[in-house]
Amino acid sequence: MSYTKRNDGRKFDETREIKAEVGVIKNADGSAKFQIGKTIAIAAVYGPRNLYPKFLQNPEKGMLRCNYNMLSFSVDERIRPGPSRRSKEISLVTERALSPAVDLSTFTNAVVDVFVEIIQADAGTRCAGICAASMALADAGIPMRDLVAAVSVGKVGDKLVVDLNKLEEDYEGGATDVPIAVLPRNGEISLLQMDGEMEVKEIKEALEIGKKACEKIAEIQRKALKEKYKGD
Amino acid sequence: MELISKNYLISLLDKGIRLDGRKLEEYRKIEVSYDISEHAEGSARVKIGDTEVIAGVKLETGEPYPDSPDEGNIIVSGEFLGLANEDFESGPPSVESIELSRVVDRGIRESKAIDLKKLCIKEKEKVWMVLIDIYVINDAGNLQDASALAALAALSKTKIPAYDEETKKADYKERKEKLPLVKMPVECSLGKIGKHIIVDPLLEEEKLLDARLTVASIGKVVCALQKGGNGTLSIEEIEKMLKIGIDKNSENLKVVKK
Repeated sequence: MSYTKRNDGRKFDETREIKAEVGVIKNADGSAKFQIGKTIAIAAVYGPRNLYPKFLQNPEKGMLRCNYNMLSFSVDERIRPGPSRRSKEISLVTERALSPAVDLSTFTNAVVDVFVEIIQADAGTRCAGICAASMALADAGIPMRDLVAAVSVGKVGDKLVVDLNKLEEDYEGGATDVPIAVLPRNGEISLLQMDGEMEVKEIKEALEIGKKACEKIAEIQRKALKEKYKGD
Repeated sequence: MELISKNYLISLLDKGIRLDGRKLEEYRKIEVSYDISEHAEGSARVKIGDTEVIAGVKLETGEPYPDSPDEGNIIVSGEFLGLANEDFESGPPSVESIELSRVVDRGIRESKAIDLKKLCIKEKEKVWMVLIDIYVINDAGNLQDASALAALAALSKTKIPAYDEETKKADYKERKEKLPLVKMPVECSLGKIGKHIIVDPLLEEEKLLDARLTVASIGKVVCALQKGGNGTLSIEEIEKMLKIGIDKNSENLKVVKK
């Protein structure tokens, strides 16, 4: 089935409109909001702080602990508040996506907590969450090798596309979703998942266009950080 | 957060000022914004100073309770998100968040703010359930009043989804009638420190309160009360608190209506 034109008029390698803002939660050590299309994520960082229970403490380096959650009313069918199997898995892959970028070697026995909340969902929530979390970590002054940018790529019908929206994810001709996270400076990939069917050649091509999109996202993230710290 | 001695706080209150320069019976600036999440049937964000709370309303179909076969239900839940305060932990709801949502619930329920009979789809079988979820985004004190106001603001914008006769469920693609919100209950939390009564306590003040009283009211009618804290209140103190609470609630209602 041929997917000739995207349902919202975008080019196939174009993301939805992105808005990024740093410093949205006053209590937090670092925080950020990341909106891509109609998907809105906010993230807050607390730490480094003491890690309890104590047996989890690592005397060699600090721990990064992520918590991803969707607000109950962020989707049409209300989600029961509290953790689910899905949110636990996404918390885990978010940790893995961010870990290569942060240097916690000096924070022995401590934890850096990252909280991601999805306020409004229209596909790509884990990627939006990772983008917000990465900015929040930088805002908190956690040593980082790079900002992490994330986007979903995939195949809708017969076309490779960037940043699928919900309608595209549910495309009746079949859609494959590949969320990725990239460290733009060296181009390494720290999140990779896939739901659906694709050939090796297509996956490689999808990763290439996803990487390009992430470079653009990283620019927006950097700009938002500079906006907060530009001084008077 | 800075640790402040109770004696210092009382010495300030003796002069008629608060830690942040406010008067004793003065609220911080209240801001309300609406429609913050489009999949909710109604949603709102309330800021009282640096305190930020968001509330969303979802409607689902369900069975009525046997003792009210022709009425819809209200369910309020509150969550203190880990991102709102360094002291909040992920996990099962804390007793504070349970109290917060139950006091919001009582304000709405006991004032009969929603005409529940209009939420009946088919008697004894199908009614609308109004699910109000409150999330704390930043805690700088007085979550109770911010939550009650956010719930009210979200309800005031709530539209009922279409009912699909075939699937016997809500069709979220279409929202039609406004929720029958017939009254507007507002809540005011007052604190007692020494002999002083304050409204809208800061986080720093909350830790030092002898006692707290939350007053939910509509016009001059009180529709719910909750005393908090370990200290006691005299009848005179309660009377004073009720009067201040009712006045403040009428003032704060204007912010939602605007």
